[in-house]
Amino acid sequence: MSLINYSSREINVKIVYYGPGLCGKTTNIQYIYDKVTPETKGKLITLATEMDRTLFFDFLPLELGKVKGFRTRFHLYTVPGQIYYDASRKLILRGVDGIIFVADSQRSRYDANIESLYNLHENLGDYQLKLDDIPYAIQYNKRDLLDVISVKELEEELNPKHYPAFEAVAVKGTGVFDTLKAIAKSVLRNLS
Amino acid sequence: MVRTNWKVFEEDYWAINTILQELLKNSNSSSVLLLDKTGQLISSLGEPPQFDLHSFASLCAADFEANAQLAVLIGEKDFSTLYHQGSNESMYLARVEQNIILVILFDKRTTLGLVRLRAKKALDNLETVIRRLYGKLEYENEENTEFNEEFVQQAEVEIDSLFTD
Repeated sequence: MSLINYSSREINVKIVYYGPGLCGKTTNIQYIYDKVTPETKGKLITLATEMDRTLFFDFLPLELGKVKGFRTRFHLYTVPGQIYYDASRKLILRGVDGIIFVADSQRSRYDANIESLYNLHENLGDYQLKLDDIPYAIQYNKRDLLDVISVKELEEELNPKHYPAFEAVAVKGTGVFDTLKAIAKSVLRNLS
Repeated sequence: MVRTNWKVFEEDYWAINTILQELLKNSNSSSVLLLDKTGQLISSLGEPPQFDLHSFASLCAADFEANAQLAVLIGEKDFSTLYHQGSNESMYLARVEQNIILVILFDKRTTLGLVRLRAKKALDNLETVIRRLYGKLEYENEENTEFNEEFVQQAEVEIDSLFTD
């Protein structure tokens, strides 16, 4: 799934943020873009509608620097969350090395989370992949809002296999880097 | 089956670059890029671009894939080439084997006809190299000594230092 170029000594890996519409995938990437040093990041690409909803994807390349002589890059993608953009979601999952599922903690978005997770399983299946095959983490976003479901309840419904899970308030940056670090380490460990 | 797991070895990388260099010269293009369908850049040659190459590569792959879906809707298997014409700069994209995309950027110093002609020969040559590379990947030993525990530990230190609030 990754691209390892032995001649130019480069490794590129692809991490995808998945989740229902308006759960905070773009907010995660935007926060990362704002916080990392200029030499670490490339251009942030956002293909959004006029209403700021992701149309195709957001893309942010991050350069880790050289690790044992290999220039290592993470390519962060978000998928569009709205149900009818499924073809786009499927395309973006192609060649994925790690997935972060951003769940919306609000009670009103409970069903949307389940539906999106089901859709992730389905789309991975089209590439003959299962969640167990690739590094995966779940982020419970919007923990600062009033009507949120308890983490225990979310875990039972969305994460019965207990993949790494993180609480987040992406708009303030809480939990954003914790989630990214966990998946980035897991992806590189997967190369070895 | 779409190949998404890639390794490019020294010999193949130089073979690819030789073909791209020849294409660049013979077609009088500004730059040429080779990337895979997931948007990962394999190589680029020519005039240094004024934009982020990796973002550009991801958009090229998305462009190609979106058009492939359009092709299916109108009853085609896919579109093997795409052409985007600008008033000054233009782009020609072509599929190599199943998983690779060749992108040629050119301006008024050349013509679409010449670019297309030179690209055809380059595509044949690239397909030979890519098929050889597929062959190697099929028989490659899964053990990878370069990416050992030491690599992982170094990478984790870098990740911790770079990804902070």
